[in-house]
Amino acid sequence: MTPKFKAQAGTFESSDIMILIEPLEKDSGRKVDISSTVILQFEEDIKTTINQVLDKLQVVDLHLIAKDKGALTQTIEARVETAVKRSLGIQEGTM
Amino acid sequence: MKNAIGVEIPEYIEGLGKLEPFQGVWKSIIEDEVPSTNISRTLKAKKPHVSKLCKNLEEAIKRCNPFNGMTVTCHHHLRGGDGVLMQTIKILDEMGIKDITLASSSLTSAHDGLVSYVEKGMITRIFTSGIRGALGDTISVGKLKYPAIIHSHGGRVRDFLTGRIKPDLSVLAASSADEEGNATGAHGPSAFGSMGYADIDARYSRNVIIVTDNLVEYPCVPSTIRQHFIDYVVKVDSIGDATKIASGTTRITNSPMDLRIARIAATVIEHSGLFKNGMSFQVGAGGASLAVAKFLREDMKRKGIIGSFMIGGVTSYGVDMLNEGLFHSIFDVQSFDAAVSTSVLNNPNHIEISCDQYANPNNCGSMTNKLDVVVLGALEVDVDFNVNVITGASGEIRGASGGHSDTASGANLTVVVCPAFRGRLPIVKDRVHTVVTPGESVDVIVTERGVCVNPSKPNLAAALKKAGLNVVDIRDLKEEVEGMTGVPAEKQLGDKIVALVEYRDGTIIDVIYNVENLSQ
Amino acid sequence: MLYIPGNNPAMIQQAGVYGCDAVLLDLEDAVALNQKDAARILVRNMLQTVNFYETEVCVRVNNFHTPFGLSDLEEIVPLQPDNIRFPKTETVADVKEFMKEVRRIEKEHGIKNPTMSIHVMIETAKGVANVYDIAAADSRIDAITIGGQDLTADMGIIKTPDGVGIDYARKRIVMAGKANGLDVLDTIFADVNDDEGLREETEYIKKIGFAGKALINPRQVDVVHEVFNPTENEVRKAYRVYSEYIKNKKAGIGVFAIDGKMIDAPVVQRAITVLEYAKIDLKEIEKNAVSF
Repeated sequence: MTPKFKAQAGTFESSDIMILIEPLEKDSGRKVDISSTVILQFEEDIKTTINQVLDKLQVVDLHLIAKDKGALTQTIEARVETAVKRSLGIQEGTM
Repeated sequence: MKNAIGVEIPEYIEGLGKLEPFQGVWKSIIEDEVPSTNISRTLKAKKPHVSKLCKNLEEAIKRCNPFNGMTVTCHHHLRGGDGVLMQTIKILDEMGIKDITLASSSLTSAHDGLVSYVEKGMITRIFTSGIRGALGDTISVGKLKYPAIIHSHGGRVRDFLTGRIKPDLSVLAASSADEEGNATGAHGPSAFGSMGYADIDARYSRNVIIVTDNLVEYPCVPSTIRQHFIDYVVKVDSIGDATKIASGTTRITNSPMDLRIARIAATVIEHSGLFKNGMSFQVGAGGASLAVAKFLREDMKRKGIIGSFMIGGVTSYGVDMLNEGLFHSIFDVQSFDAAVSTSVLNNPNHIEISCDQYANPNNCGSMTNKLDVVVLGALEVDVDFNVNVITGASGEIRGASGGHSDTASGANLTVVVCPAFRGRLPIVKDRVHTVVTPGESVDVIVTERGVCVNPSKPNLAAALKKAGLNVVDIRDLKEEVEGMTGVPAEKQLGDKIVALVEYRDGTIIDVIYNVENLSQ
Repeated sequence: MLYIPGNNPAMIQQAGVYGCDAVLLDLEDAVALNQKDAARILVRNMLQTVNFYETEVCVRVNNFHTPFGLSDLEEIVPLQPDNIRFPKTETVADVKEFMKEVRRIEKEHGIKNPTMSIHVMIETAKGVANVYDIAAADSRIDAITIGGQDLTADMGIIKTPDGVGIDYARKRIVMAGKANGLDVLDTIFADVNDDEGLREETEYIKKIGFAGKALINPRQVDVVHEVFNPTENEVRKAYRVYSEYIKNKKAGIGVFAIDGKMIDAPVVQRAITVLEYAKIDLKEIEKNAVSF
């Protein structure tokens, strides 16, 4: 599936993660940028979690920016899923 | 050589000399009678009716004949508001003095300015009980010439008495003083309460300067620091930022998590067998630790318990409990807010004590050795009950040893309160990054997800279980937490020793290596 | 029962540690209209992963007549939280319609023996008027709750500290609940800094028959527990009543006296309630009560 709209999900609160998604041209691939308060401890973990959700939802061409404040895995998964669904136009949400 | 908790300790460090490895909480204190070295007081003399007053701090310091390689000490009673230490270092630097050993009782956010003096090598050694902020980062990446030594409050006194720290110049801020150097923190516009940490500097330093913003008519009464130890007196416009020195009253946290942990900790105390008339008690000054006092206060009222004494860093909350008659007295080595100063000054049962009496392991009357219950915080704890209060998530120095290991060693019941995880970082580890307080002296760790009792106290564990507390094995707790947060990646450390953690008996309990990357 | 906003991960992941009997993960009023999707997905993930320990977990979905109600059910019902709460229930038809969807989703997911019970929430004048029928509308309903904020709004009145405006509704809902063997839970107390006000209100609602109260901050847990938990003295008395009751029962005596007061079935029943609140094992008492 290909993201159609810019979308975001999550907050900047502690234990949450803000996910921004920008659609990219077909075949331009997946670009993921992460910043996190626990980057030294969990960078790989966060990257893996985000990619697994994107794989599951079968989205490839997008630019995803994550600003993490120590969200647990299930929160990261929820925010990525919400942002993707919003960018696909499946669900209503902010922006 | 390996110490008793398995840490490899170098036998010798250039600039600091030989090191002794930690052998156990009471090993070197019980088995050796007294440390073999013992310094005597500096002999001083002054002719009759000669004024000690200097027109400014610069003149006073000059009169003390500063030299390269000297040791300078200050106290941290002004906390984040201190303006005196930075002024002292600036003057010494302008005089071209180099290779300074700085031995302030603690270092706070007011001392971030030391970074440039460390970086250019003007300050080469630091002895202190706490290092934070930018200075902590600077030392953590290895910019201080010789490793910093982190001691406890009691350990600092011992370091003075054994000559480990040999103070050449002590610049001591006071909120009121007279021309002879009788000085106090209990009154005056910048009152900050007890001067417990400064007492030892005044007694044992070769040169002592009192700096005050409130020079009073002779004599300054009541006073803590006495004139026969003091060389010079300086009146300045300001000793620091009044709003950060001592303001208002300390409020109990609103954080539901801290309150929950505190509630559980108070229940632990209630069922420990020590919750009875005559109990003595110490809590920390903030967060969950202070909040324990709130619940203990309610429990004491409910059960009609009257305690003996409170000690330590004192907050207005402790003063309220004293005034309500819940405790007979407070022994105050350090005061945390303005309301406390008033109490130190006016209440005869609120007794100012020196750090020597508070926690020195090498005297025969430490208050910490009379303590029933202490509640302490933690940055990390581990499955062996060791506690880290000095290094943060990336291994950077960002905390204070303070009286942590002193009180833990002396108290009948040492309770450590901390959340099971912060943000996404688990607090219960296989091994804490830096051991400040050995697990041998920690009895209970209280988190929101379970109470862990040291296996050396099976009776306590049984009593707490019977009281309905959720007593869990600390290894199970660690596993549960890591199940939620994931296992954090290993820290990236260098091989340079940037600091040594000195246990209260003077042995080295842990070593801090330089960090490659600091957290955001 | 502690209310937790469904879009707040920090609070949900800690929901089980505050020592409350139940938590309500809210997809309804505590979530902004443009975050309903985010909260639904977050709560769904949290239900599957967070350890809530002994705490019962209830999810409040959006009302069926909003665009979100059905989507909430599709995500939440398969996970079978302890209970699901249906807000702004007004008629028996509401319950029937709602339960039809719940049962459909359970069937589609192969859930043969659903464990999830239903809480209905009465928040409108119409709901209060129909409450007797609503309470009896479905066998899976095991609790009923009054929503004070919405009810006062619906009635066009202001919620005053004495609660006089919703007093009739409270009592009517309690009676409807009791008549059907349901637990009846009270509305929130909004001022988290007013412990005394909370205590007074909780004492009042306990007296008129509520079994619990909704909380909006973990700091309120202790006060409500203090009110609902029996005092040491009450527990001791109840222990004695129950213990004597067992002894007498073994001796074949139904009515007896303690300190000159007659003890009959209702007194024993009250004692049992007290002991249950105090989490005291009745079997232990039975074992220890030696017959004469």
